[in-house]
Amino acid sequence: MPDYAWPDAEHRTLIGKRISRVDSPAKVSGQAKYTYDVHRPGMLYGKVLRSPYAHAKLVSVDTSAAEKMPGVKAVHIVQGPGSTIHWEGDEIVAVAAVDELAAEDAVRAIKVEYQQLPYLVTDTEPPQGSAEGQGPLSMDDIDDMLDNQVPSQQMVNQIQQYGITAKPSEDTLKGLKSDGATDAVLDAIRAAAVHPDAGSRPKSNYQKSAAQTLGDPDKAFAEAEVVSEGLYGVPLITHCCLESHGSISEWTDADHLFTHISTQNVSGIPGQMAEPLKTPASNIRVHQDHVGGGFGSKFSPDRWGIFTAQISKKADGKPVRIMLERAAELKVAGARPSAYARVKVGAKKDGTVVAWQSLSWGTGGPGGGGMPPIPYVFAVPNQRKEHTAIRNNIGPARAWRAPNHPQAAVLTMCALDDLAAKLNMDPVEFFGKNLDMAKPRQNIYREELAIAADLMGWKQKWHPRRQNQSGMVRGVGVSFHTWGGRGHASDCDLTIHPDGSVELKLGSQDLGTGTRTCILIVAAETLGLPIEAIQLQIGDTIYPPSGGSGGSTTIGGVSSSTRRAAVDARDSLFAQVAPALNAQPDQLECVNGRIGVKGDSSRSLSWKEACSKLGAMPLTVRGKNPDKSKPPDLTNSGVGGVQMAEVEVDTETGVVRVTKMVAVQDCGLIIDLKTAESQCYGALIMGISYSLFEEKIMDPGTGRMLNPDMQFYRLAGLSDIPELVVKMMTGKGYDERGVIGLGEPPVISPGAAISNAVANAIGVRVPFLPLTPDRVLAVLGQKAGA
Amino acid sequence: MRDDDDPNPKDPEAKPDVSGVSRRDFLKISGLSITLPLVGEPKMAMAAGQQVVVHGPGKVPMEFSINGRRLKADLEPRVTLLDALRDQFELTGAKRVCDRGECGTCTVLLDNKPVYSCSVLAIEAQRKAITTVESLMQDGKLHPVQQAFVDNDASQCGFCTPGFIVACKAFLDRHPHPTPEDIRHGLSGNLCRCGTYNGIRKAIAQVAQKGA
Ligand code: FES
Repeated sequence: MPDYAWPDAEHRTLIGKRISRVDSPAKVSGQAKYTYDVHRPGMLYGKVLRSPYAHAKLVSVDTSAAEKMPGVKAVHIVQGPGSTIHWEGDEIVAVAAVDELAAEDAVRAIKVEYQQLPYLVTDTEPPQGSAEGQGPLSMDDIDDMLDNQVPSQQMVNQIQQYGITAKPSEDTLKGLKSDGATDAVLDAIRAAAVHPDAGSRPKSNYQKSAAQTLGDPDKAFAEAEVVSEGLYGVPLITHCCLESHGSISEWTDADHLFTHISTQNVSGIPGQMAEPLKTPASNIRVHQDHVGGGFGSKFSPDRWGIFTAQISKKADGKPVRIMLERAAELKVAGARPSAYARVKVGAKKDGTVVAWQSLSWGTGGPGGGGMPPIPYVFAVPNQRKEHTAIRNNIGPARAWRAPNHPQAAVLTMCALDDLAAKLNMDPVEFFGKNLDMAKPRQNIYREELAIAADLMGWKQKWHPRRQNQSGMVRGVGVSFHTWGGRGHASDCDLTIHPDGSVELKLGSQDLGTGTRTCILIVAAETLGLPIEAIQLQIGDTIYPPSGGSGGSTTIGGVSSSTRRAAVDARDSLFAQVAPALNAQPDQLECVNGRIGVKGDSSRSLSWKEACSKLGAMPLTVRGKNPDKSKPPDLTNSGVGGVQMAEVEVDTETGVVRVTKMVAVQDCGLIIDLKTAESQCYGALIMGISYSLFEEKIMDPGTGRMLNPDMQFYRLAGLSDIPELVVKMMTGKGYDERGVIGLGEPPVISPGAAISNAVANAIGVRVPFLPLTPDRVLAVLGQKAGA
Repeated sequence: MRDDDDPNPKDPEAKPDVSGVSRRDFLKISGLSITLPLVGEPKMAMAAGQQVVVHGPGKVPMEFSINGRRLKADLEPRVTLLDALRDQFELTGAKRVCDRGECGTCTVLLDNKPVYSCSVLAIEAQRKAITTVESLMQDGKLHPVQQAFVDNDASQCGFCTPGFIVACKAFLDRHPHPTPEDIRHGLSGNLCRCGTYNGIRKAIAQVAQKGA
């Protein structure tokens, strides 16, 4: 059996080093082509009429004037009379024309009559007693859960517990499957009890999630020596990908579609387009070279991806481009669910946390949304939790890097930090003392906490909370996080040509995380070649399928499939070359572009000479992940990270500035240290952005988003970013775990760490992110007034 | 983008010197109903109490100097420089993100000054030297600013990168040895979602040290 295991530290020439990303030159020179940059011959431009109302019924849609306008090639009604609109910006009519201006003019000529309906766009605390229990689930409920990426097991539980309103047809089930339902969910639906009457009951906006109790919280609170209570929360934010969502679709003949789409999920797109387009997935080709951000919001073709293909068909198959305008991008293409909670925590005098109670709520749009995993990281022995999901009209929620974890970190770490303050304990000591509750990663956290404290200079910087200060004040805060990150399914074809050239093909995508670079590092390391000697093709459905890039699963998946392909290809080549070197295949090695006999430098061939022994035909092998027949498992799951923030707060203006951040992170075996560190720097920066500035602000008076632009939906700029220190945990104890993903973990803790630092600086908690001047001044004012 | 020597180079209301109408003026005019024949010749019309030159509303012939080349196109006067570059000349380095002068991803140089090309009408950019990111690489060699971005991993998804490259080049041309304060001030007009500012700052330091 070939040895697929990762090479050990002494035998690595590329893995774990700092290697510049291979596609940087294309990006810095403006040559890298994104979907938005694709210009197909004869391309038409599409524009979309969107609903100005958050909740309305469409009474009539008149496109007659638009159809006659110059330059207009096709008009497609996306939602016709009788349809219900559930959020502002929802799509009603799409127009394709010879240029964007003509399409815009045509959209303006469309007349729509709406019947406005009552809406809710706020996510403030649910009125007492308003939440109702979940009734039987309709297929729409189940679709909503899929849209909200509710974990499969949770869906199965709910379907079993509550039943369904109507028995679905096999076609409906097929549709659910193409929307991402697992077989377990489909089986649960088939077996579920049917309650036909319950479906007609109008739904409350407030839906109680199942309450959970663990241990004996009443007794634990009664015995606790110190109890702290507080209000904490994280608002809706958007993904704000700089490249907006969208695609260019064309029919290359009557039944073959070619789509360029901005996506995190190249291989997974045809399967999602097949049903709605009534076209076999095998007839749908998807291509993407580069993607300008996704962050969890680009796994599906989306409704607009489907109607772009449909309108192309109406326009004789001509390529049609529909990329969302910025306002639409912020309104409809991605919102991270909000989460708020009243939390009560109790501890012994020595700091041991004994009890947790939370009443939480939040919105994920029309689908409601689930409870974040609280208490986070620290498994408090006695807990009582209740969650209310608010179903409202803010637009559809989507997974945002580390779904639910940043919210859970704020609700948990801020509550615990307030408890530490009440105990008069240094948070590092307090959290350290409770790390035994952070199983199974308690030892990783302990090591990381000490390193982080050192890098931050925590001992010198931390001070007990002080009241009533003026001028500039400083403080520090800490937070902990975890994530899974096991590699997804990935196939990789590796071909060695008789002329020595090597090519790799995967239907994967590089989100800017360094995927291309890491695939090449693994192949080059295994074959003993320089990175430049290998050609890599990704981003097309003509290549072997690879999973969507979400949940930090890409690096584990593609590195494992590439490693297996490269080992098999190398060993096949050894078998062909061995006779020429008068050796057995297992005596051979490939290093520095040569294949030779181990320990005998006189017997070797250059890579090119060796490959010529292949004869006329190239050698192609496929590597897979997972692949139980080719052990060991090369990827793993479960990482821990600790972050610290230092802030400066102007008590006169309420302005918060982050002055330093430290991230200490483990992610198993690192393939490229340089892009891994960049992932952490980027996450800290994104974290500062959502902690200080970002909020999708909804106007209760109109139901509309108030800040659908980049002036008022503010992202952090260069001047908001302080000194950042990143320490990746590598070496013994980490490397041998295998490759684990890194996209999510480092973006989880900044909110909690920064909020804790602000509380340390000003002596009082600012309950909700973002920590804007008005919120800071409000709590300072309250404190002064109290 | 702010710069000490040039307080407001990207102000969309800055007076156009040659070609007639700024985007904002145009928006004012297009609200009026003026009936004009579809010819290329500009007309005079009264708008907001003033005589202004009116082009269009149909396509008019335009001529540009882009990266040292003369290029022609027939465009409606309401077409932005960004859209002309991207859709007419396939120069897609400058990106369309906010399309209203807030994010800097569309930054190009007009007579060597950085501008948001989404906020300049193509018609105004005639007879000016337009420089885009595509021209910075010479004979297959990256410009020092580009090389510094590669070395310091200053791009992730890379969508903001071309705008930043142009902005950083223009900034470093004026501030070869910038202070941290200069950097904060001079590069606050570009935004990145992936969070590459750490690498960008190191890239600037690298160029400043070596000299561009
Ligand atoms: S690198 Fe992705 S937006 Fe800057």
